[in-house]
Order: sequence, then C-alpha cells, then structure tokens
Amino acid sequence: MEKDSKKKTSAKVMIDLLKKNGVDICWGYPGGAILPFYDEMYHSDIHHVLVRHEQGAAFAANGYARATGKLGVAIATSGPGATNLFTGIADAKIDSIPVMFITGQVGTKDIGTDAFQESDTYGMTIPITKYNALIKDPDDVARITQEAVSVALARRQGATLVDFPKDVQATTTEVDEPGEFHLQEYHYKNPPITGQLDRLIDALNRSSRPLLYIGGGIISAEVSKELREIVEKANIPVTSTLMGLGAFPGQHDLFLGMLGMHGTGYANKAVMECDLIVSLGARFDDRVAGDTDEFASQAIRAQVEIDSAEIEKRVHVDIHVQGHLAEIMPLLNKGIKKASREQWVSRIQTLKEENPMVFNRVEGIIKPQYLIHRLSERTGGNAVIATDVGLHQMWAAQYYTINKPRNWLTSGGLGAMGFGLPAALGAKMGRPDDDVYLITGDGSFQMNIQELATLKMYNIPVKIILFHNGFLGMVRQWQELFYGERYSSSVLTDCNPDFVKVSEAYGIAAKRISKTDEIEEGLDFLMNSKEACLLEVMIPEAEKVYPMIPSGHRYEDMISFDPKSEEGETFSVIPHKSGDRK
Amino acid sequence: MKHVLSVLVNNSSGVLSHVTSLFTRRGYNIDSLSVAETENRGISIITMVVDEDRSMVAQIEKQLYKLMDVISIENLSNTDSLERELVLITIKASREKREEILSLVDVFKAHIVDMSEKAVMIELNGNPRRIRTFIQAMTEYGIIRMARTGTVSLPFPSAEE
Repeated sequence: MEKDSKKKTSAKVMIDLLKKNGVDICWGYPGGAILPFYDEMYHSDIHHVLVRHEQGAAFAANGYARATGKLGVAIATSGPGATNLFTGIADAKIDSIPVMFITGQVGTKDIGTDAFQESDTYGMTIPITKYNALIKDPDDVARITQEAVSVALARRQGATLVDFPKDVQATTTEVDEPGEFHLQEYHYKNPPITGQLDRLIDALNRSSRPLLYIGGGIISAEVSKELREIVEKANIPVTSTLMGLGAFPGQHDLFLGMLGMHGTGYANKAVMECDLIVSLGARFDDRVAGDTDEFASQAIRAQVEIDSAEIEKRVHVDIHVQGHLAEIMPLLNKGIKKASREQWVSRIQTLKEENPMVFNRVEGIIKPQYLIHRLSERTGGNAVIATDVGLHQMWAAQYYTINKPRNWLTSGGLGAMGFGLPAALGAKMGRPDDDVYLITGDGSFQMNIQELATLKMYNIPVKIILFHNGFLGMVRQWQELFYGERYSSSVLTDCNPDFVKVSEAYGIAAKRISKTDEIEEGLDFLMNSKEACLLEVMIPEAEKVYPMIPSGHRYEDMISFDPKSEEGETFSVIPHKSGDRK
Repeated sequence: MKHVLSVLVNNSSGVLSHVTSLFTRRGYNIDSLSVAETENRGISIITMVVDEDRSMVAQIEKQLYKLMDVISIENLSNTDSLERELVLITIKASREKREEILSLVDVFKAHIVDMSEKAVMIELNGNPRRIRTFIQAMTEYGIIRMARTGTVSLPFPSAEE
C-alpha cells in the first residue's frame, strides 16, 4: 500500500506522541490484532521489551513506574493478550501507579461478532482503570493517546487503557496533535485545596502527642523532603502504610515502621497512645484500620488526601483537607511551629525499646527475618527492594529498613502474587545504576517464573532471594491460627521444582543455602554478582509473621511473638533506629 | 432514604457502562435509572434514584465525579424540585370490572389508551408516589404487562432564583 507522505498511520501517531511524552521504554507481547502497531514500533526508537507473558509486561511497566515515577507502558494483543494484562491493570489502579496499557482489538467491522481473539476489553476494564477508551476513528488517536497519558499521571495516579482496533492502527490520518480534550479539566489538573487546612495546622501545633500516618501519596507527590522538614522541626513521629515505606527514612529515630495488621509493636502502640493522627496520602484501608470505629478512637483523626472519595470512605475523620500534597505540604510546613515534644519523643523511644521486633534463632536453621535484617545492614538500607506477596513480603516490610522513596516496590492493595519478578525487571531497567533485589517465596515466584527468560534475554542483573518453605506460607499461617491447623491446599513441599536447576536452565546463576553459617556467603554471592542471580533460601515451614492484628480486630488485640512458644535463642532488633548500622 | 441524583454526562457509547459498573462494583442500591439526550446532543442526563443513607450518597457522588464522562451531579433531594414518572400498564378487564376500572382511572387522572375484549391499557404520569399507589390499586385486577420510565426530576426555577 502506498503511503501518503503527509499522512501517518494511527499507530505511528500514537507512538510518536508517546515518545513526545518522554516514553522511551515499554513492555509487551505481540499478536495478530496488534501487528500494525508492532510494525511501526520496528521503526521507532522506543525500546520494546519482549516479556514471556502479558502479565509480566503489566507488572514490569508497573515496577518501572514505581521505581522511577515515570509513566509505565505495557502492550498486548486482543483477547487473551488483553485479559492476561488485567491483574496488572487492577494492581496499578488500586495502588495508584501511573501505567498506560495499549491493547490490540479485532477490526472495527468484527467487533461484537465473537471474532477470533476478540474480547470486550473496553467493557471488562471499566472497573480497573481510571480512564479507558476504544478508538474507532483514526482522527481521535492523538487526542485519546494524550488523554490516557495525562490522566494516568494526573491527580491520584493510576491505570489507563486504550483499546486499538487493528484496522484503525493501519489507517492513516492527518491529525497527529491531541487538540482539545473531551474531558472535564478536573480530571487532569490538580484540585484546589479545600477543607480545613488551618484547623489541621492548629491541631498539630496544639497536640502534645501527634502522629503522622503516611501512605503512597507522599511518594507519588514527591514530598519526602518537605515531610522530613516538618517532622524534624516539630518532632512528630511517623508511621507508614505498606505503600508508604521509603517515603520517610527508615532509620530515622522518629520513624516507627509500618502500622496495622503486621505493623511493628511500637507503631501500633503509638497509634493507641497518640492524641492526633494525621493521615497523609493514605486511605484507612482494612489492613490499617481493621475495626473502623476503634481505630485511634482516643485521638483526633485527620486526613489529607487528593481523592475526595477517600475522605470518610471507611473511617470517620474529624479534620479533612483535600488537595495535592505537593501544594499542601509547603503550607503545612509554613504553618507548623517548632516544638521539641520531649515527653512524646522519649515515649516513642521507650515504645521501641519495649516492643522490638523479635524472633528465635535456632542453631543451623535460617530464619528469614535474620537474613533480611542482614541484607538491610549490608546494603545500608539503600537497595531497591521488590517483593511478591505473602510472608516474605511482610518480613521484608518489617526487617528491611527502606531509606529512600521509590526503593520499595510491592503489590499493596491488590496483593498480587507474581508481581515481584517482572516488577524488579522493570525497576532495574529504569534504574540501571541501583541494586535491585527481589525478595520472593516459592509460591509467588512460580506465578511469573517465565520472566527469568526476559531477565536473561536483556541481561538485567536483578538479584533474587527466594525463600523456600514448601508452603503457601501466609495461607498456612492463617490456617494454623484460625482454621485448626487444617492445611487445605497450601502444601507445595512434594511438588516444588529444583529452583536452582530451573534458574540455571534459564541461564541464571543460582545457589541454595539452608544453614545459618551460609548466610553471609549467600549474600556475598548476590552482592558480588554482575548478572542476574538467584539465592534459594531454605526456611522452616512454620515460621510466621508477627506481630499480627487479626482481620477486623482492634489494635488492643495485637498478637505478639511469644519467644517461649518455640525453641531457640531470642533475637530482638529495632530496624527503625539510627546509629546501630555499620 | 431515597435520593434523586441528576447527572449530566457526555453522550458517549460507554458512559452507561461506566455508571452501572460503579454501582455494581461498590454495591450501591439503585431504585430507578433514566437516561436520555438533553437539548445538546452531545450531553445526556441520567436521573437516578438511590436508596442509601446520606453518607453513602455523598460517597456515590464523589465516586461518580471520578468517571471521565460525568459533567455534573446534583442531588435534587436537597432542592425544591418536581419529580415525575410515566407508567404504561395493561390489566385484565372483563365486562363486569370495566366500570370499576374506569372510575379508578378517573380518580387517578390516568388515561385509557387502548382496549380489547379482555384488557385495557392505561397511561399515567405523575409523582412517583401516585404511580406506586396506582399500580397497587391495579394489582387486584391482574397486571398483564407494565413498563415504567423511572423518575425524572428538575428543580423548580422559582425555587432556584
């Protein structure tokens, strides 16, 4: 077909516009209905990374976006290609990560006829995207592309999807500028600051026992510096959600680590003792506020949040401020007075001393908590850590002291097993100069194990720590504690592959350790490797995550680890403390 | 309590899916939903009646605002407004019962729009309470078929000024 020299194909219009928006890398998997797009990609200098499963593409783009703050882009074909993306789309939506998804679709004439590899991608992604569109007219491609990019990055960030029929991709158009959006302005511009900012400042200045409860919003708004200034000026301790880890330096004396279901004892006790709790970019979810009425009920509850729908969604708040943290934090900083709060600060230190993280060490057996603690010490808390979902994820959140924003990559809201390996891949490709570790388990790892091939193909030096306990450990923990030790379908022991051999089969160096005296050597192996590598760590099957607040319960019901319940020598550590790091 | 939400939306093909998907996904109860073009062909008006408490309705409004195609939302239960609904109803009407039915139709200021040997079709518009009462009254004759528009509503201009 002769191409009119002035006209570009719709596919090229989209690719050029992505490029113009700073996109220089994407992850995807081709197929029939996206071939015209891939044909244009062939001539583009956007680096396309071929994954081994579309879910890998979704999570890689997601990991990249989390680690860099830039837009992640993932591409798949129609039908199964698109449906394989869905877990990754839902993950980006619920964790507010800016990722744009592009899916091929059958030709416009075939839509609705149950054509080969047809699925109603538009209809099916409505609840898991901020914005989605089916392009029917080549003249709309530029506008829709720019809307999808802008909406993903604007306000509360999230997932957007563009469904791109095959014939439209190949059709030429003269319209290569987005023109005017068909959207209300408030979808892509920051909201004005509304609510009770002055009341909040006043409450903070008056409070003798204030506590900041930070979430992922601090990271996406890039306000860690302002946060630290406020905290140090006014001596306000900080606790964080799983999503907010890294937004405040983990080693800081005023940091308490994570709160909630598997939060630290000292963070959860501080929640019970504070007189004012201020949520910054967090949403009082069920892992933090299991019992919505009782959560910090002795305190004034305040919430600063960009998405007004999150205010009063689960928990009643006494003071609320709506707006973008990038605009609110400087105002907070200005309004908040210097204060020493000696009593409260010293109480916080006492809480830490009295409620350290504890587990028992048994001669010869590797405790995952200890290995993560050592990794944290040896990397100075400065590595990028990606995790999967389960026990290992919680141990990593508790014992690895994340010191910098965007260094902690975890599927928080969706809790998607299989997230880790592709997310680590995406992160390392976005930040090649930083060390990226994946902490995973034998359950999660097998959900996207095929991405080892992608690591190898592009020579991406991700360092993998695979905890092997032969169980779906988190499921096992709940079954042990709440389901009478009936381990229904949570046992992997007899059917796990030899992970070292699997890794080596993909061309990735691997090593297995199972004894305490092998820990340092194992970490050496990871730290010294210039290529992708895997350390399989054999751990006891019954090792659990503590402390734990059972689902839906009050903070008072927190279960702590009882050192007398098992053999070994008790090891206690306060991961959130300055000065004890080498 | 019932709340009447009047929502202006872009008249795009996916807009109704987005709105209904939100209600399904978050488990909101919806009593009625009516959709039609406005004087501007690019904009449709959705009138929905939801049966939820005030805080839940506030949450629904905020979630609706997050949908790309939503232009504005007004909770008409907070304003002085007119509510109307239309019902078409076909009921069994034997010769013996006809007189009785006709007098009821008169009382409700409804209209007979068609009639056969065994049935009559009645049209009634009015406020939702009147519609409900009328349907109740017709039940004993035996409803053969029925279609309702759902509530539409607008604030009184005199109340707005």
